[in-house]
Amino acid sequence: MEFISDIVSLLSATLRISTPLIFAAMAGLFAERSGVIDFGLEGKMLAAAFVAATGSYFLGSPWFGLLLAIVACVSLSLLHGFASVTHKGDQVVSCVAINILMIGLTTALAAAWFGQEGLTPTLNDEQRFFEITLPFADALRPVPIIGTIYSEIISGHYIFVYIAYTLVPIVYWIVFKTSFGLRLRAVGENPSAVDTAGIGVYSMRYKALMINGVLVAFAGAYLSTAINANFFREMSAGRGYLALAALIFGKWHPKTALLACLLFGFTDALQIRLQGVELPIIGVIPVQFIQALPYILTVILLAGFVGKAIAPRAIGQPYIKEG
Amino acid sequence: MPTLIDKSKVPWWVSNVIVPLVNLMLALFVSGLFIFIAGENPIQAVKLIIYGSFGYIEGFAYTLYYTTNFIFTGLAFAVAFHCRLFNIGGEGQAYLGGLGVFLVAINFSFLPVPIVWLLAILGSVLFGALWALIPAYLQAYRGSHVVITTIMFNFIASALMVFLLVDVIRDTNQMGPQTVSVPKELWFPMFRDITQLFGIKTRYSPLNISFFLAILASFLVWFLIWRTKWGYEMRAVGHNTKAAVYAGISPKRNIIIAMLVSGALAGMLGVNEILGVHHRVIVNFPAGYGFTGIAVALMGRNHPIGIFLGAFLFGILYQGGSEVTFDMPNISRYMFVAVQGVIILFSGALENLFRPQIESFFVKRLNKESSV
Repeated sequence: MEFISDIVSLLSATLRISTPLIFAAMAGLFAERSGVIDFGLEGKMLAAAFVAATGSYFLGSPWFGLLLAIVACVSLSLLHGFASVTHKGDQVVSCVAINILMIGLTTALAAAWFGQEGLTPTLNDEQRFFEITLPFADALRPVPIIGTIYSEIISGHYIFVYIAYTLVPIVYWIVFKTSFGLRLRAVGENPSAVDTAGIGVYSMRYKALMINGVLVAFAGAYLSTAINANFFREMSAGRGYLALAALIFGKWHPKTALLACLLFGFTDALQIRLQGVELPIIGVIPVQFIQALPYILTVILLAGFVGKAIAPRAIGQPYIKEG
Repeated sequence: MPTLIDKSKVPWWVSNVIVPLVNLMLALFVSGLFIFIAGENPIQAVKLIIYGSFGYIEGFAYTLYYTTNFIFTGLAFAVAFHCRLFNIGGEGQAYLGGLGVFLVAINFSFLPVPIVWLLAILGSVLFGALWALIPAYLQAYRGSHVVITTIMFNFIASALMVFLLVDVIRDTNQMGPQTVSVPKELWFPMFRDITQLFGIKTRYSPLNISFFLAILASFLVWFLIWRTKWGYEMRAVGHNTKAAVYAGISPKRNIIIAMLVSGALAGMLGVNEILGVHHRVIVNFPAGYGFTGIAVALMGRNHPIGIFLGAFLFGILYQGGSEVTFDMPNISRYMFVAVQGVIILFSGALENLFRPQIESFFVKRLNKESSV
């Protein structure tokens, strides 16, 4: 029985941990499908986490915090667009700038406003999102298997978790079934053809970046106003990069990117469970190696041992209108 | 839109001096706004920065000590960037480089001191380069983007080093996770020791002879990039990979070489930190210097002279910044991390923001003068 409860909590943790990765990966999908590299997910996630926690603290509701986080992330996305779309600056440099700027600014502003370097005050219950128990979760609990899956694994998460998993089919539908999605993909593959067809390359890329900002804001707000009750320094801990790796490994496709996010989430959940546990034959693995697992996995996945990823063809190249 | 101008008519000093200076001014102006938002007076902050970094001899020595570190990491980023690679793993490579220095210093201390120093430098170069090898290989042969892999290698380096410091090479007589000290005769001569030779007494500062190593490294990088076949090939790959392939240059080989040199330079930060300052390996001694190297290199337009100036500017910001954080409770040292971000933004991503306007302004002025 202990084995089953271990598995159940592991799966439940996987859903929870994958959530910010899914938001960020979907955000990255829009940007990269339109031909704009987004290594800046990490910095935007940090900005969102900081703004959400601060906004919620001052305004008293996590929804206001989320709203402000969206404003912050969309602004950063527009800044990225301003540098790399309008001024044709180097996209990777722009992302690195955003990431470093946000590591510094969030920590420094927390120090200036709250007196503690890189720490915002702990949010009370009203300033924080709460876990949702789905309808009938308690009634279904005794039912074998289905009851356990429903009430122990699926129920009892923050609203972000449910939004994230609903988001994936919606993103799929937008990107592959609507004319907007067709244009988006075309801009990332062959911008000059799209331009010839009378569709603005720049405006498509800006629209993609704005969607990107909205989505990544959810990832950050989830970190600081749902699973944690405050912002702390560099709390994104590389998740922006993991999400991007999941996107690349998922070949810029929502469904496979979701699977990659789940894989990362599972590794991370496993990592937490394995700390200090004595394994047969191997014994206790040093905690530092276990903590490094998601990062090592990222490198292995990116190495493409499971198949080569082909990026949108125009990715990273500024579009220069002729004539 | 400003009218298009003939690029060849733009004097070199406009595109390489005036434009970067304008970008830097913009970045510093925005940084001033941040300090204002944090509730302090930016002008006062500038005064403190200048006093802290130039106002007294030890302060200036501290400035040069930081400059030393930034030269290493700035050169590291620049070499990779000439091949169009974003090595943002300087942090991890420096960490491992420090381990290399330490292992050599501990195991070869029976040799004459100058030889141990030389071997220790080689150790830092070797370990730093090796830590860059896997991301380099993956970029060259598997197309895995070096930005993500080098960042991951920073995380992995940090885990590995904590493991080593806690469980393997820890000095068990100490509370914290750190190694034993390297033998005292191997410690690099400090600035204080040198001034003493001239009869001037100064107080402690971490500046040491690694500064000269940084200058030497700058010269070698200049030579490598602009005076050797390797450098030429790297730049060719970075500039236009397809054209390089037609010319018979192997992008794969050059990606590997550029990353190895880059990792080696980042690793040399370990020489300054281990032989010069801490004399032992401590947790997280690279302390963000690796990331600062990005801003330094972009500001210095990836040229050793520019990198020296960029490193010096960041030395001023770091040393003066500690004066600011001391006097202004609202400013944390992370404010200067934000300043780096702003500088990367304006000197890197937005470098063309006012370039057309500035260039056409000067071209018109100069044309007018010559026609008169």
